[in-house]
Amino acid sequence: MNLQLAILFRLAWRNLWRNHRRTAIMLGAIVIGTWAMIFMTALTRGMVTDVLEDGINALPGHVQVHHPEFRDDPSVANLLPITDSELTTRFSAAGLAGWAARVRVPAIVTSEYDSRGVTLLGIDAEHERGLTFVDYEEVDGRFLESVDDTGIVIGRKLARTLNTEVGKRVVLMSQDPDNDIADRGFRVVGVFSASVSAFEDQFIFAGKKTVQDMLRIGDQVSELFVVGDDYRNVEDAFEKTVSLVDGNVIVQRWYDLDAYLGSMLKVMDGFMFIWIVVIFLALSFGLVNTLVMAVFERVREIGLMLALGMRPSNILGQIIVESLMLLAIGLGVGTFLAWAAIQPIKDGIDLSIVGDGLDMWGMSSVLVPQLTLNDVVLANVTVLVLGFFASLSPAWRASRYEPIEAITKV
Amino acid sequence: MNLVLRLAWRNLWRQPRRTWLTTGAMVFSNILLVFMISLQFGMYGVMIDNTLQTFTGHLQVQAPGYKDDQKMRQVVEDIRPLAATIRAELNNDRVAARGTAFALASSDDRSYGIAIIGVEPEFEPLVSTVPGLVRDGRYLGAYAAEEIVIGAALARNLRIGVGDELTLLGSARDGSFAAAIVIVVGIFDSGVNDFDRSFAEIPLGLFEDTFFMQGAGHQVVVNTTDIDQVAASKTQVEQLLPHDQALVVHDWDALQPGLKQAIKADMSSAFFMYGILVILVAFSVLNTQLMSVLERTHEFGIAMALGLTPWRLGRLVLLETAIMGALGLVLGALLGALVTSWFTVNGFSVPGMEEMAAKFNLPGRVFPRVSMLTLIVGPAIVYLFTMLAAVYPAQRMHRLQPVEALRSL
Repeated sequence: MNLQLAILFRLAWRNLWRNHRRTAIMLGAIVIGTWAMIFMTALTRGMVTDVLEDGINALPGHVQVHHPEFRDDPSVANLLPITDSELTTRFSAAGLAGWAARVRVPAIVTSEYDSRGVTLLGIDAEHERGLTFVDYEEVDGRFLESVDDTGIVIGRKLARTLNTEVGKRVVLMSQDPDNDIADRGFRVVGVFSASVSAFEDQFIFAGKKTVQDMLRIGDQVSELFVVGDDYRNVEDAFEKTVSLVDGNVIVQRWYDLDAYLGSMLKVMDGFMFIWIVVIFLALSFGLVNTLVMAVFERVREIGLMLALGMRPSNILGQIIVESLMLLAIGLGVGTFLAWAAIQPIKDGIDLSIVGDGLDMWGMSSVLVPQLTLNDVVLANVTVLVLGFFASLSPAWRASRYEPIEAITKV
Repeated sequence: MNLVLRLAWRNLWRQPRRTWLTTGAMVFSNILLVFMISLQFGMYGVMIDNTLQTFTGHLQVQAPGYKDDQKMRQVVEDIRPLAATIRAELNNDRVAARGTAFALASSDDRSYGIAIIGVEPEFEPLVSTVPGLVRDGRYLGAYAAEEIVIGAALARNLRIGVGDELTLLGSARDGSFAAAIVIVVGIFDSGVNDFDRSFAEIPLGLFEDTFFMQGAGHQVVVNTTDIDQVAASKTQVEQLLPHDQALVVHDWDALQPGLKQAIKADMSSAFFMYGILVILVAFSVLNTQLMSVLERTHEFGIAMALGLTPWRLGRLVLLETAIMGALGLVLGALLGALVTSWFTVNGFSVPGMEEMAAKFNLPGRVFPRVSMLTLIVGPAIVYLFTMLAAVYPAQRMHRLQPVEALRSL
């Protein structure tokens, strides 16, 4: 059996190169197709990862805990029933990759020139370092230093709208749980930039304790977020979080929190698969054509082999092996070229010409391609499997020849 | 039928399977191209319409710098007379003045910071879809009435309904304290909570009083009858601007720079994919035509020995390709039109698209837009590349030596 297989492979290999021009052209097509498949997949994957990571950093976290009403009514009235210190006791020992509790309320910020509606975040800056979209080192001025820091950090765009800057004062206005106006003056101590410009308009960071005092909510917080090891698999973090909280709260994963982000991965995976199949279909016409021609040219020879006692199944195998070999070489070279094409742009392509447009899709203007083993395997296996089915018909036909008829065919 | 044409036609059908497979590759790509391009155009159309008609309009008159900073002080003075002039001169009612401010809206239970838009109740419905979304109550009536229309999510959060009072607190144009008490007369519902929670509309007269605008506003919105007339209308509006204050006219592209760029970004990735598809078809054609030429070496040798020039033989090969390409073009465009037409009626949707579309204020289904252009562009390019692919097999004729060719089998 092994010997037979070896002969089959040798025959297929030699047949492949009998008409080297045809094989070369077909190879060229397969290489270009594979290159496009993998290159495009890497770009798309990079884009999706970018959007997801930005989105998850803005949420932030992989799992969040809220008062059940909070998502629809993000008000100071809907605080977590568990106090901040109690949360700290429970979560510190849980061995999570990261977590933080914060106060999150809608507020109005007013400078001497203008006012805007914003989301005020009362945070423990040190505790959530690296877990959110803000890079503390890149902040103009300084970031918050403690939970009772009396300064605030605002976004670059907001600073421009308000005509304010580091060192100037602004007033923040919100409500306390009794719907009395809660307001307070703050000094702007830092200005942050974000890859998604909407964040620069929306968020204001202040010390958690300071905000709690301003809102007269004691030791309470609005939300708790947990960062797991990998956003693709948050079950572990989710289970842990659920076991650590009780009472009137709701625990949600990131894809429940943001339907757009949640659907993104699915839609893009679907899109990439369709893209791979479309390319394959475009290739398959040429592939089948090549096989049909190859069989057609060798009718007499196939007849002879059959007459000499080769089993039809071996003829079938031989054609299929020939086709798969062709595909495998093309796939190998194409994959390599795609990898090579990604090397020079590994650090990202600058797409700032269409930066505002990408902003609309929630993307930053630097696209970093991402070549994952998973995607490469998916593309290669899909093509090989589909290629196998596409070669069945010409191969089947070849194995069904009547030896006598085939030999006498001119 | 002329002789060469008949010859080419017959040559094609000597290997019907091969010809059909090659034509099949073209038809497949053409159907795909027609469908995708129509779908794209449909999507872009909806994207532009939805984004612009919600709020932005086709043109806006603003103070210089307002577009980027949206500061309260960057005003258009005497905004109502200006809007009236534009309306009269353009002979178009779809012109409305607006003012924008930020305020804390408080009910008995809750307070939220929102944008307050002062609108002309008469004309706003002609430039924005928001008035049409009013679900409970009615849209704004009198010009200076103490009324407000808010979003459904905001109403829910503030725990108020039609007929309830709402207090607005903010700062006026001159930085002084601005306050008003208004009655909710209507609630609009767009289905997007964040959108509904972000702003409320009050009559422009009340807005001017509350925020001490002294007759000024922030933008005059103009909707042209057709998006293609934007450039012409822009020039017209520019001539109508008063001379005593610096104002600018922005078209929708300047107002929503993301929109055109998002379309561009989407287009360039789409064109990359189409390009690959076309190249693969070209390879298929190259392979077929080269094989068909190599098979016929003997026959071409005879023809040349009989005195046919390589040039004529080359033309024959090109003609075969042209016929095959035409077949692919016609079949592809026809089937493409058929497939696409079905979707223009029924719409096209993929799982998960609805959530994504909602984010961009788009419907969950896209209806492709078929036009002569979307039908022809793709197939025409495939045809062009098909012909290019045949050049190499055709020019091989020139290398043919009759005697050698005759010997080959």
